[in-house]
Amino acid sequence: MTAVIEVQELHKRYGDKVAVDDVSFRVEEGEIFGILGSNGAGKTTTVECVEGLRRADRGTIRVFGLDPVRDRAELTQRLGVQLQGAHLPEKLRVGEALELYRSFYRRPADPATLMAALGLDGIRQTRFGKLSGGQQQRLSIALALIGNPRVAVLDELTTGLDPRARRETWRLIEDVRAGGVTILLVTHFMDEAERLCDRVAVIDAGRVVALDTPAALTKRAAADLGAPRATLEDAFVALTGENADVH
Amino acid sequence: MSTDTLRRLTATEFTLFLRDKIGPIFGVLFPTTLLCVFGNIDFFTDPANGVDGQPLLYTYTPILVGFVIAMLALNTLPPTLASYREQGVLRRLRTTPVGPAQVLGAQFAICLGTALVSVVLLLAVARLGFDVPLPRQPVAFALSAVLAALALIGVAVLVAAVTPTAKAANAIGSVLFYVLMFFAGLWLPIEAMPPALRHVSEATPLGAAVQALADSTEGHWPPAWRLLLLAGYVVVTALLGVRLFRWE
Repeated sequence: MTAVIEVQELHKRYGDKVAVDDVSFRVEEGEIFGILGSNGAGKTTTVECVEGLRRADRGTIRVFGLDPVRDRAELTQRLGVQLQGAHLPEKLRVGEALELYRSFYRRPADPATLMAALGLDGIRQTRFGKLSGGQQQRLSIALALIGNPRVAVLDELTTGLDPRARRETWRLIEDVRAGGVTILLVTHFMDEAERLCDRVAVIDAGRVVALDTPAALTKRAAADLGAPRATLEDAFVALTGENADVH
Repeated sequence: MSTDTLRRLTATEFTLFLRDKIGPIFGVLFPTTLLCVFGNIDFFTDPANGVDGQPLLYTYTPILVGFVIAMLALNTLPPTLASYREQGVLRRLRTTPVGPAQVLGAQFAICLGTALVSVVLLLAVARLGFDVPLPRQPVAFALSAVLAALALIGVAVLVAAVTPTAKAANAIGSVLFYVLMFFAGLWLPIEAMPPALRHVSEATPLGAAVQALADSTEGHWPPAWRLLLLAGYVVVTALLGVRLFRWE
């Protein structure tokens, strides 16, 4: 397997505050790799450095061997991004947004196929401002995929969605991966990570405190707790914050 | 970036501009309507009430050209740019091959293009409907209008750069619009202002612009210092705006 994303000894601080303090991981081709952490743990800063939105203070990042800041033009062609809290103009219609974003890329995907896959067909003419949270989220996934990327970074994919919409979104992500796209998923929902991710990195206070498959993490947590079974949430709580008595 | 991308970007931003209605209504329909209202009031068409023996309507035509430019620049650009930043539209674009700068370029082109259409409409209605003579020095008129548009767009980008939200950008843009329109002579033509006020007017971007437009309407080139002043506003606001503008 080859590494699609390589992050080595990443450091980033904002003024006095250290946001990311030595983070390293590799994402292999074709996997769904999760970055887990509480709010403010440094997840988003880490992926923003991967996307080239922020410049790392130290460390190296390579995506397909490209430097996200230096080789930005090439990287943006190959990396699909779904951002937390990033929007479109209120009056832009769903179909127009896809056509616009499609024109940015060398080898775009077919908007009709994407719209069908993401259930956007019926709301083609709807303005962004009139979409429900779930619809906005589906459109934002469609826009992350319109450039036919080999890797997609999805940040807080299901925040604000109801349980049914979350489950639909999960199925969608599995379909996307089945289509050969490597996925870097940022989340603080443990059930989501357990269901979707092949491997996860748990980040706490800017550091990677664990990096393994969800199964291995839950197994270890169960052993440490002396319980027959544990969830990823048990493992996460044990690994992070004040309750970090297990390392 | 392909030409298809640029065309698509400009077309999409233009669609949104039309859908928003503010620009087309206040920047195109409103100034010409105002001209028609003035043109139907005897006070404005009777040479006895005018400046230098000309009907007041002649004096007001260049003022309305300034009105078009200020309206389009100050009342549409700052709220659009600030809301794009506030809502994360620009941030989202930073992750694409296009980037936000091209989107601003499209906005700029739309503002300039709409101003051109609106000014041509205004002059045509003034000439055909109310016998207002066309600018006698068209090259100087066009140059003054373009410099004025660039200067006002520069001020607009500066407003968008320093205001945190769309609401604030809207408020500051509108206040600035009325202040600059006052100095441009909308309520009191510059010729009728007391000397001290007239000097202040001539130093403001829109006051200088309207004077340059009035000069070229009457058939002579504006003094070089006036055009240089406008060019100075273009350079300073563009440099400051680009320097201070934040994508996020």
